[in-house]
Amino acid sequence: MFFLRFAFRNVFRAKLRSALTILGLVIAILAFGLLQTVVRAWYAGADAASANRLITRNAISLTFSMPMYYRDKMRAVPGVTAVSVSNWFGGIYKEPKNFFAQFAVDAPTFFPMYPEFVFKADEYQAFLRDQRGAAIGRQLSDLYGFKVGDVIPLKSAIYPGNWEFTVRAIYDAKDETTITRQMYFHYDYLNESIKKVFPRRADQAGVFVVGIADGQAAANIARDIDAEFKNSLAETLTETEKAFTLSFVAMVETIVVAIQGVSYIVILIIMAVAANTMAMTARERLPEYATLKALGFRPGTVAALIMGEALMLAMIGGLIGLALTPPVVRIFHQATVGVFAKMPLVPHTFYLQAACAAAVGVVAGLAPAVRAARVRIVDGLRHVA
Amino acid sequence: MRVPFSYVARNLWVRKLTTGLTAGGMALVVFVFAAVLMLDAGLHQTLVSTGSADNVVVIRQGSQTEVQSGVFRDQAALIETSPEVAHGADGEALVSKEVVVLNSLPKIDEPSKRSNVVVRGLPQMGTVLRPQVHIVEGRMFRPGSSEIVVGASVARQFAGVELGQQLNFAGRAWTVVGIFDAGRTAFDSEIWGDVEQMMQAFRRIGYSSVIAKLADPGSFDALKRRIDEDPRLKVDIKREHQFYEDQSSTLSNFITLLGLALSVIFSLGAMIGATITMYAAVATRTGEIGTLRALGFQRGSILVAFLSESLLVALLGGAAGLIAASFLTAITVSTTNFQSFSELAFSFTLTPAIVLQSLTFALVMGFVGGFLPAIRASRMKIVDALRAD
Repeated sequence: MFFLRFAFRNVFRAKLRSALTILGLVIAILAFGLLQTVVRAWYAGADAASANRLITRNAISLTFSMPMYYRDKMRAVPGVTAVSVSNWFGGIYKEPKNFFAQFAVDAPTFFPMYPEFVFKADEYQAFLRDQRGAAIGRQLSDLYGFKVGDVIPLKSAIYPGNWEFTVRAIYDAKDETTITRQMYFHYDYLNESIKKVFPRRADQAGVFVVGIADGQAAANIARDIDAEFKNSLAETLTETEKAFTLSFVAMVETIVVAIQGVSYIVILIIMAVAANTMAMTARERLPEYATLKALGFRPGTVAALIMGEALMLAMIGGLIGLALTPPVVRIFHQATVGVFAKMPLVPHTFYLQAACAAAVGVVAGLAPAVRAARVRIVDGLRHVA
Repeated sequence: MRVPFSYVARNLWVRKLTTGLTAGGMALVVFVFAAVLMLDAGLHQTLVSTGSADNVVVIRQGSQTEVQSGVFRDQAALIETSPEVAHGADGEALVSKEVVVLNSLPKIDEPSKRSNVVVRGLPQMGTVLRPQVHIVEGRMFRPGSSEIVVGASVARQFAGVELGQQLNFAGRAWTVVGIFDAGRTAFDSEIWGDVEQMMQAFRRIGYSSVIAKLADPGSFDALKRRIDEDPRLKVDIKREHQFYEDQSSTLSNFITLLGLALSVIFSLGAMIGATITMYAAVATRTGEIGTLRALGFQRGSILVAFLSESLLVALLGGAAGLIAASFLTAITVSTTNFQSFSELAFSFTLTPAIVLQSLTFALVMGFVGGFLPAIRASRMKIVDALRAD
């Protein structure tokens, strides 16, 4: 008890210095937590993926489509329960910076495979009935203030012309991981329109979404589907929805890795600051430590006092930083909701933050503690006037 | 009367550990700051040098990228016959009609990870319009054959593209017969083959883009007007370097914004470090300050002395951070440019402007960190200060 009080009191002897160090720690722990969360946010799509869905795409790359009749062949593959189609529309709402995803899907087969999108029954029926209707997610409707009945004008870089869709349904997320920042509309509308202008580009599927009953059999089913179209004009590549989503993250992995790396640099910076604080503190108090030793305290105790003080400093800063992380992440997410659909705060992030704070404390206290333990009583006391 | 500079410098030397730690923190911040600017500079250099000022790119109206674009043969012919287009010695129009597709290839270090690579089909004129491209290994593809040549970055990053190997796509086997170097431009991240062969294989009836060389670089506006007014041509025309620069704006903005936000947050930590150090320096040297004042140094001189001490630490840190960052120039970054949805390689590039910006950033940190402590030092009363020891 004496020991803790001693360390605690010492922390607040140089008030300004301790306050500044703690402030620095809070900023560092916060920045670290935020960056880790941003890294996690890239993987939000993979978190939302279902084990019971496969994605089939053209093996050359996503920019190539597949003929629509593949669908019937895929349905015949054992283990496949449903096949739907989804085309990336690439529409721009007013300005390129207003980015959100739009997909042309075969709604009657698509949505039964996505139970995580929760519709109001009457809205869903209205959406099915309106060929130019659109179903949008709650996040998207909040982002741009879209309401049921609104008309969304889009320009597409892929499908020429101006397009208009009427919001007929707004779906909600079933749970935390579900992303509701995208828009769906009817594949038939897209296809019929394209048929008039570019007949060659009609009846094409961007990707097929394949429902399977048994997630364990995914690898085999994927292989069977791809075997079906081997040596055809459009060979396919089938993978689980999770693998498909992760392939997008892999494309920008360099950036994700860089953010991850940089998040540790801020910890290094604060380590240098805290180590400096402790070094200065210990240097100023060398006579005290000599006195303690002269009174009979062992070198280990003196070292522990300094270490305790460093850890205490790190703990205070770390705790404040941890406490501030959730609100700061929330504010940050509100500002970047156009970029990141989800910004999940996971316990892992808090553990890492706590570990980093502890590491800062240990590193900061180490050198001064060793030095104080080694100081010779005579040398230390000589400084006492 | 000014406090001598050597006095300032020696004070730092006396407290080596503290100086080192403070400068070290700043060095890390400057490292991050410089690295971000270098990355952005590298991206710009790659894309700007990809385009030539007297070349123009024509793509379908509103399509933004070559991959999404489609230009019909008759449209391409109209562009080819425009009077603004340059002609070669043999009277042939300097126009390259190309087809561009994306092919997802496995990465060399992790074959399960695939990324999109630009595959460009082009006529022989295409290589004439890009003089920066030359073969470093093997030879150029033969027109009319299923041969391909790969860019230097593709050869480094992707599996299965070594000389003599075959890539299977669009129902054919394409043999790699050469590796080309495009002088660190975006073409280094591409695979090239014969345009007619590619169109057949990919069942394309139209081109993706038309590249034309202008006879007179100043005639761009005239050509643009002619094309805009022609109802048969629903196309967008851009100068080549503008086209490539536009392709990178999102990635560039992302890097810059993220990097600057990080630098600002990190610099708070470093400035706090400097403030702590300088407050401690002032506190331990109270007697010294009193002596200096008693010797006749003015308050202003004391302020300047402490401020320059802080600036000097910052400069040391800034220089160390810059030196560390300069080693990054050996690294090539390869990532997907989301606007073109394809892989793009670029290097960290150090420019004089970045050196200047980084050092300025370091000095600003030193100034902010040292300001309050320096004020405190200069405000001390001689008597109190001398009594302190």
